[in-house]
Amino acid sequence: MSMDLSVPETWRVKGALYRLEAARCKACGRIHYPPMPACPYCGSRDLERVTLPSEGVLESYTVVYAVPEGSRHKAPVLLGLVRLGRVRVVAEITDADPSELRTGMEVEAVLRRIRSDREAGIIRYGVMFRPKLKGGSRGG
Amino acid sequence: MEGRPEGKTGIHGWGAYVPRYRLPMSEIARVWGWAPEQASGLGMKEKAVAGPDEDSVTMGYEAARNALRRASIEASRVGAVFFGTESKPYAVKPSATIIAEALGITPATMASDLEFACRAASEGLRALIGMVASGLIEYGLVIGSDTAQANPGDVLEFTASSGAVAYVIGPREGAVAYFEGSYTYVTDTPDFWRRAHQPYPLHGEGFTGEPAYFHHIENAVKGLLAELGLKPSDFDYAVFHQPNGKFPLRIARRLGIPKEKVLPGLVTPVIGNTYNASALLGLARVLDVAKPGDRILVAPFGSGAGSDAYSIVVTDAIEERRSLAPLFDDYLSRRKEIDYATYAKFRGIFNVIK
Repeated sequence: MSMDLSVPETWRVKGALYRLEAARCKACGRIHYPPMPACPYCGSRDLERVTLPSEGVLESYTVVYAVPEGSRHKAPVLLGLVRLGRVRVVAEITDADPSELRTGMEVEAVLRRIRSDREAGIIRYGVMFRPKLKGGSRGG
Repeated sequence: MEGRPEGKTGIHGWGAYVPRYRLPMSEIARVWGWAPEQASGLGMKEKAVAGPDEDSVTMGYEAARNALRRASIEASRVGAVFFGTESKPYAVKPSATIIAEALGITPATMASDLEFACRAASEGLRALIGMVASGLIEYGLVIGSDTAQANPGDVLEFTASSGAVAYVIGPREGAVAYFEGSYTYVTDTPDFWRRAHQPYPLHGEGFTGEPAYFHHIENAVKGLLAELGLKPSDFDYAVFHQPNGKFPLRIARRLGIPKEKVLPGLVTPVIGNTYNASALLGLARVLDVAKPGDRILVAPFGSGAGSDAYSIVVTDAIEERRSLAPLFDDYLSRRKEIDYATYAKFRGIFNVIK
């Protein structure tokens, strides 16, 4: 039985997908996400895990109408460049219409179904961002 | 009441979640040719619909995150995660481990999915009370979450909706509310069921009322009151399972509880029946407004059939915890109206080759 989504890969990256786990390079001090075996900036393998903030700012976004196979049900897909403290990550924006997005708006992380492998394969859960909930001072 | 195991335990955090999308009842009536007054007869205005990237796990996760924030404890101190649902993303593979992992609760914890139609989460709650009271665990997390299914065109479609709720249960000390007692009443009553591999449940029409909902809740509540020596007038709020907007008011009347004590926790008219969240989500809304010293009666119900009744007393700690997570009404006011076609797409009612 062939599967579209790799089970070992989905399992391996769950810390990044579920909890925004990133890696900080002890040699050059930079943070990258998702964590890789070596720092993409200086090549050092001396890394430590850090958790990124769950709230940030939408710095840029694009609206994708020509979506990958398996994503038509959620088209158009909103892809955002989100600043989380010192780090920028690319992730889907959810719970918003394209007309509601603004550069500079506050967003917060939520856990969503990123992809599911047809009818019988694995479901990949991971972080997306949504416009910060009103009453958001309570969001923490 | 002194000496009961329930009295050693309490709620440390509560968390609600309601998805953004709302389907007005008029859309269902329009598409399926129901009489325009059908929904108002059920006491319904509109229902909440999970988005295309949501399911019971993602909704349950957010409710649990809110509950943990209010509890203000390290996630690793949670020793059991019980997930009550009848809309599991995987038929086999626990949802509870996904949520526990995402919240940082794993690995030294129990985690399991429970099934008892709409009261699986309540069974989890009662189990956690016992586990905390015995000292087996320090804190436990119970989650009720459903993307409720209904056969398109069935009257059940008016109410079946999506939402989630979660509670962190721990010792009485430091709790925002403590338990005075609990009582469970179950029988084999086939009022509502979904056979294996079937996409939608069936129900016994009028049979879901008298021998199921009313009989079980009435007896659970009366059993609780008898054990605690309390009477209905001793409670400031009453929250019952809410399959529609009418049944909770009718069971309250039968028990001699005025409507005014039920309405603050009656959420189904504006979000629908969230199944495992239902009554416990009503309790969350009551905790959003309750004052120290208030006594709350809660009675979830699940088909098949059974009901639990709880007596809960609010403490001084509630005021400082309330603002640590979004309120039910914060989610309620985040509202995007959709039409039936969008609802059908979001909930997978269309048969699409994948």
